[in-house]
Order: sequence, then structure tokens, then C-alpha cells
Amino acid sequence: MAEFTLRLRRYDPESGDAPYWEEHTIELEPHRSVLEAILQAKARFDGSIGIRCSCRAAICGSCGVRINGHPDLACHTHLDKAAKQSSDGVIEVEPMGNMPVIKDLIVDMEEVHWKKIRRVTPWLIAKQPVPEREYIVPRETMVDVTQSMACIQCGACVSDCLAMEVDPEFIGPAALAKAYRFVGDPRDDQHYERLKDLAEDPHGIYDCTHCFMCIDACPKGVAPMSQIMRLRRRAIHDHGIVDRNNGERHEEAFVSLVRQYGLLNEAELLPRSYGGDSALAKFKPAAGKVLLDSLPSIAKALLRRKVTPAAVLKPHKLAKQDLQAVKRIYETLDGKGERNEFNIYISGRDEDNQ
Amino acid sequence: MPAHDVLIIGAGLAGQRAALAAAEAGAAVAIMSKVHPVRSHSVAAAGGINAAIAIDDDWTEHAYDTVKGSDFLGDQDAIEIMCSEAPGEAMHLEHIGVTFHRNEKGELDLRAFGGASKKRTAYVADITGQAILHVLYEQLMRFHDTVERYEEWFATSLILDEKGHCAGAVARDIRSGAMEIFDAKSVILGSGGNGQCYKPTTNALICTGDGIAQAYQIGCPLMDMEMVQYHPTTLAENGFLITEGARGEGAHLLNSEGRRFMEDYAPNKMELASRDVVSRAEQTEINEGRGVGADGQGIYLDITVVPKKRVHEALREIVNIGRDFAGTDITREPIMIRPGQHYIMGGVKTDSNGQTPITGLYAAGEVACVSVHGGNRLGANSLLDTLIFGRRSGEHATARGKEMAMPKAPHARIHDDVAMIDQIVGREHSGRRISEIKDELGTMMNEYVAVYRDEDGLTKAHEIVHRLKDEATSAYIDDHGSVFNQDVLGAIELGYMLDCAETTIVSAIDRKESRGAQFRLDYPERNDDEWLKHINVTRGPDGEPQISYSPVTITRWQPEVRKY
Repeated sequence: MAEFTLRLRRYDPESGDAPYWEEHTIELEPHRSVLEAILQAKARFDGSIGIRCSCRAAICGSCGVRINGHPDLACHTHLDKAAKQSSDGVIEVEPMGNMPVIKDLIVDMEEVHWKKIRRVTPWLIAKQPVPEREYIVPRETMVDVTQSMACIQCGACVSDCLAMEVDPEFIGPAALAKAYRFVGDPRDDQHYERLKDLAEDPHGIYDCTHCFMCIDACPKGVAPMSQIMRLRRRAIHDHGIVDRNNGERHEEAFVSLVRQYGLLNEAELLPRSYGGDSALAKFKPAAGKVLLDSLPSIAKALLRRKVTPAAVLKPHKLAKQDLQAVKRIYETLDGKGERNEFNIYISGRDEDNQ
Repeated sequence: MPAHDVLIIGAGLAGQRAALAAAEAGAAVAIMSKVHPVRSHSVAAAGGINAAIAIDDDWTEHAYDTVKGSDFLGDQDAIEIMCSEAPGEAMHLEHIGVTFHRNEKGELDLRAFGGASKKRTAYVADITGQAILHVLYEQLMRFHDTVERYEEWFATSLILDEKGHCAGAVARDIRSGAMEIFDAKSVILGSGGNGQCYKPTTNALICTGDGIAQAYQIGCPLMDMEMVQYHPTTLAENGFLITEGARGEGAHLLNSEGRRFMEDYAPNKMELASRDVVSRAEQTEINEGRGVGADGQGIYLDITVVPKKRVHEALREIVNIGRDFAGTDITREPIMIRPGQHYIMGGVKTDSNGQTPITGLYAAGEVACVSVHGGNRLGANSLLDTLIFGRRSGEHATARGKEMAMPKAPHARIHDDVAMIDQIVGREHSGRRISEIKDELGTMMNEYVAVYRDEDGLTKAHEIVHRLKDEATSAYIDDHGSVFNQDVLGAIELGYMLDCAETTIVSAIDRKESRGAQFRLDYPERNDDEWLKHINVTRGPDGEPQISYSPVTITRWQPEVRKY
């Protein structure tokens, strides 16, 4: 047994008071979970502490919270680990982000998370005719979608999605991972329509900023961002979808710039995303217009020295052997002849293969 | 106030399947649950769903295995229905999107499971319940215009009309605290079991026997309540479930001598004998000093014999559970387990259409007792039970509703429940805390009403539960608010659990034989002459449980000696 102190974010909507912090000290073995600690505080000291919970074993997805600022399931976080992560040894628990708080640690998932889930037509639109027995489909495809089926709808990824913070309309990591579950399912009849819809939506697959927060947040290894990237690959390479958000052109420009320079060339990225994937893109009218529109951002970037006038004219230069190393990565991937699928159920984690 | 043809309470697999069936048959449906539907405990069902779909299999073999598994207490007419309709139901699930694993030919793959004579279990890795539950919820979202969802609503009681028919329910909107009467031509209970009467248990915190107790309180009989399943592989430390799929994939059980002791108890099926048999074997090994761990209270489950690639593909969830909750890498070392409370075979007595003896009230899934599981449920038959009898209940209730007008429920009933809640909230800070009573109940049940039972222990349990019932009437709570007052719901749930525990204990005392999950040290033999019958418990006028009996339906399989 050891002592741990919890600092809980409390909020009572009926009191008229602002949210506040409250501390409880509990006794548990260090490998027990933060949820068990909260339940002990609730059982011994204050039954009014509000938290959704049910299975205690990271299966039902009820107890998503932020622990020391990071989203996770309370039942899935060990006390010793949480205490070590905290700056003052006190385990701080607060409600998830990006969703309105109802009471204490309980957030309104219906208002944000479930609305977004419903946005992606979250049911199978089965190929016709429906067979008498099962659909015969390749074994790997069902193993593949298991990774997104493993999502327990806990909302941890939604909580800390940076793109959603900026654009609350962003469909977001959980719902897009759900979308992959249908796009990756050979029984579904609407792959193109789904992808087209999600590519054309300004809050769709190209709204993701590739920040990896959802991959870190997910307690079930769903890796929502990887699923979003797989939606992009399928949209671009399998269905040739060129979208009005310039998502596809942006990706192509990004990839070829890194191939060419070994690093991203920011000054070239914007014009190429709009004017086409060539050094002459900046002279195209479409690029000119967006460059003009972006002048305030460009000015800000110059002021903050994110780019310098010199760098615009003279791109990054990598040492020769480094540039060659980057090129070898491209060659290896191109040479594989098949797409590199981000799926632990098929490829295993790195450590699995050791 | 809301009025529907069919009101479903509970949104796990049974409830959601009932809702979809009723909606498809043209009913106006409401489905209500105290948690969001995908949090329902069906989500934790890991291993799979049984259906005789292999070319060399036949539903009658599945039915025989189920009858034998039930120790011949299961009703064979209902078992025949369940097993013969299983292949169709599995295909239906496949067609609406469940991502069942495939074999190399692209057909549904099947894994071995306990008590089964063939590989018969379709699965999605070890998240089968989750996969099916989420797919059914996809369908509920799809049919949002015909199925109204009341998510995070807590039913407080069932209502009878003047004819004594069930005519709706009273419920509390957890989010606002508002109370509401729901009129309904039929009510279907799909609210799960009462595993929380035990500590530890594999069951979620929400499994507090709400529906079982609510039905009992309005005079509905409960059946087979003494039959409580202990799962052979639950984590020694905290009782979390390790799926039977692990043994289905080939894992071994080892005692402190490193020996596969199941060869002494079930030489043919070994680790894949019925759950009651394996749990008893483990408990015997532990009791005789061949347990493992510091206190000798554990048994080793060795999954390292299963190929690693297969573990990662088909048992990934228990890799996580081992790592996160036991600090064990199951691919490298054995994990310490022991038998733990898992499932309630008994429940609200129903026929094979889900109808209870109270007109208008149906039940399906763990809350119900059809009885297809009898004395012991086979692994992967519970998902099947929820779906088959959930669907049949939904269909039957819809057909029945077409012939009748909306019943007149006495709306004044709402005041009783409002008063009941006010009374709890207003209790003085004396007496015991709800959590203390719940803890004592769970620990006591796990000591006296477990794998091995006897008259002395059961009598002690009965006395304790009486005292706890008394203490519960004055137990106080801290939360006096309306919004998400989980404290007051906990107090109501405690009352439900105590009713369930009491009926379990009196049934276990009454059954003076050993059959299925009930093993009486003082009556160690099965006694077909006197006890091949169901125990029914009804709430008497004095509030005390009254026992009666009903016959077991036998269609084609006469009781025989049960060996694995």
C-alpha cells in the first residue's frame, strides 16, 4: 500500500460556482489505477464526485479524462506512473478537452463526439446482392479493420485533437477512424462516395494536421491519425480523387519537396499545393491568388523568423550523404511495389517482431 | 410523456437486437439505458459466438453440447430454438457489418471453445462482444427515425395497469434528474445480470441486477437463481476476465507442480471442459495446496504455447490486459488466474418468446432465464442467447402490440418513485455508507455462495443479507443534486443487488444436490429423482422470497452421466 494524492477538477452546474480543485488522499498499491483511486475517494469521502465508469478494464470507454494534462482512461493509468509524471507528485485529474463539461469529470460526448460519428455515415452499406451465407472476403481485410473496430469511443483522441481546437467543425480522429472501418471493408459498396465526401469536406480528411496527438492519446492502439492517412492514400491512389481543398495537391507537393530537398521547403509548399507540383508553380494564377491571400500569414512568418527571405530564394541544403539517405527511404518504399499499411494487427508493433 | 409500442430497458446486445427487430417489424420503439449503449457490459464479451455453420457441424450437436453443459437443467425446447436459429443469426450479423475473422478461403473462421464437440465459435479477435455491440449501435443510428434512444436514463420501476399487465416504466433522466413516466404496450428487459453482488467479479460496475429486481418487485418469478457461473480464468489479483479463447487457441492450465492438472478431471476435453468443471478443478487444486502465487490462491494459465503471431492477431486484448493490469507479458510467461464470478444463469423466468408470466413484460439476455443455460452456460453461448431471444422478444412484442390499444398506466405511480428518491437524498448522515454495505455483500457472497457451498455457509449468508437489507434502508449519500447524481442511483442499485443476492441464497439453500455451477459439499451428487426441476422464486406478500418449482422440458436428450 502507498499513499497518493489526487487533485480533482470539480464542477457543480447547479451551484452557480466556477470549477475548482479539490484534493483527496487515498491508499492503494502503486500499480492500481487512477480510476480505483477516484472510486475510493468517492466511496470513502465524497459520493458526489462525478465520473462515468463501468468495466474498470479499458474495454467500455467510459472513463476518459485528462490526467496531468494528458488524455487517457482513468482505469488504464497506473497510480505510480501518474504520480511520477506530475510536476508536484499530486495526480491531477480533469475532464477531457474539446467537449463541454456537464459535471466534475463528465463531459458532453453527445454534443461533440457522437455528432461527428454520425457525420461519417457510420454503418455498412452492403454490396448487393447480399449472399445467402457470409461474404467471401480476403482474410487480411478483416484483420485489418479490426484495428479501427478496436476503438471504444472513449473520446481521448477528440479531447486533445489540435486541429479540432482550431476548427471545431473538424470531423476528427475518432469519426475518421470509424470511416476507415467501412472504407477498408470490402463488403461496403460506397468506398468512392465515402472518400469523395470526406476529401471534399473542408473539415474532412485534409483538415488533419498530422500532429500525432491522437496516436499518443488512444488507449487501444487504434492510431486514428494512421487511419486518416490511409483514407488519404486510398482517396488519392486508389480512386484518384482530386479535392477542392487542394489536399491531394498539397500531399503530392509535400512528398516531392522532401524527395527533392531532403527537408520541407516551406516557401515552395504553398505555391506548389495550388499551382501544381513544379518549381514554376508560383507563377500560376491559382498560386498567385493564394499567395496574395496568405500575405498576412507570410508577413507574420517573416516577422517571427519562421522563414527568412534568404531561405525563400535558397532552399535548405542537407549534407550530401543525408540527402542520399532520404532518397534511399523513398527508393525502398517505392521498390516495395505495395503500399506501406500502418496497421499493427497485420504488421505487428516493432517490438513484436524483435 | 413518451408512449411507445415497445419500451426496451437496457441497450446491450439483447436490448439493441430487440429494438432493431421491433423497428423492422414496424413498432414505435424506445430504447433506454443507464449508460450510453456502447458502454453496456456486452462490450466485454471477448471470445465469440457459437453457431453450427461448419459443413461438418449440425445444430443438433450444438444443442446436445448445450444440454450437457447445462447439466441437463436447460429447457431443451428453448435450446433447440437457440441452436437451430444460430447460423441464421450469425449470417445476419455478418451481413450488417460485423467483421468476423476469416479463414484462408475467406469464409468465417471458427475457434474451439469449452464444452463444445467441434470448432463452432465465430469471433472478432478477442473483442467479439464489442464488435457486435458497436455494429448494432451503427444500425440504431441508421434507424434513428424509428428507434428513439434514451441514453443515460435510469429506470426506477416497472408499472402494472389495473389488469396486472406491464404498462410501462418510471425513469430518471440522469443528466437532468427529471423523472418521467413511459407508457408502453410492452416492456422488454435487456438490462443484464447482477455480477456486482460479488467481489471480485468480471462484471462491470453497472451489472447490478436492476431488471431482475424490478421484475421481482412487481411479482414476476425468478428462475435458476442459484446457478452462478465462476469463470475459470480471471486475473488472480482483481478478477478481470481472461477470455476462454485463450484456452480455445491452445493455452494450458498448470498447478504449482507445473502439471496440466485437468488430465485428472477431464481427460478428454482437458482445459476445454465446461466452465463449472474447470473452475471446480482449479479450486480443488488450490484447496489441496497446489495453487501458485504468494498465497497459493492462483493457477497458471500458460499462453506462451500459442504461436506469438496468432496471439497478436486473435488475443490482442488479453495481451493488453496482462500488461496493464497484471504486469505480465502473456507471450513470454504464464499469467496467474483463478476462478471468479462471471455470469448469472438464472434470472427473470421467460418462455422462448421472451415473455414472462406477467403479460406485457419480456426479458432477454442475462437478465432472463429461458432457460437455455440451466446449471452452467457454455462459453460463447451468451452472445447467442442475447441475440436470439432479444430478436424473438422484439418480434413477439411488436406482433402483440398490433392487436391492442395503449394501456392506461396509473400515472400517479411517478410520485412513489419521486418520494423514494427524495427519501434517499434526505437521509441523515448516520448509519453506514452505501459503499461499505456493497463491499460486505460482495465479499460475503464470494465466500459463502461461490464454487463450493454448504448449508452452514449459505445460512450465514442468508443472515448477513438480511442484516444488510436492513442497514441499506438507512444508508446515507453525499450528493443532494439533480445533475448526474450517481450517488442516489448507487443507493437504488444496492437495493436491487440485495434482492438478487437474497433470491440466489434461498435458491442455493433449497437445492439439496450438486448440479452445474451449484456444488454442495453436503450433497455432492446430482440427484435427478428429486432435483431435475427449476427453482422459481417469487416475492411473497410479506416481502420474503417464496419458492416453487417448474419442470425441466426434455425433448430428446435424457439425463446421463456428465463426463468431459
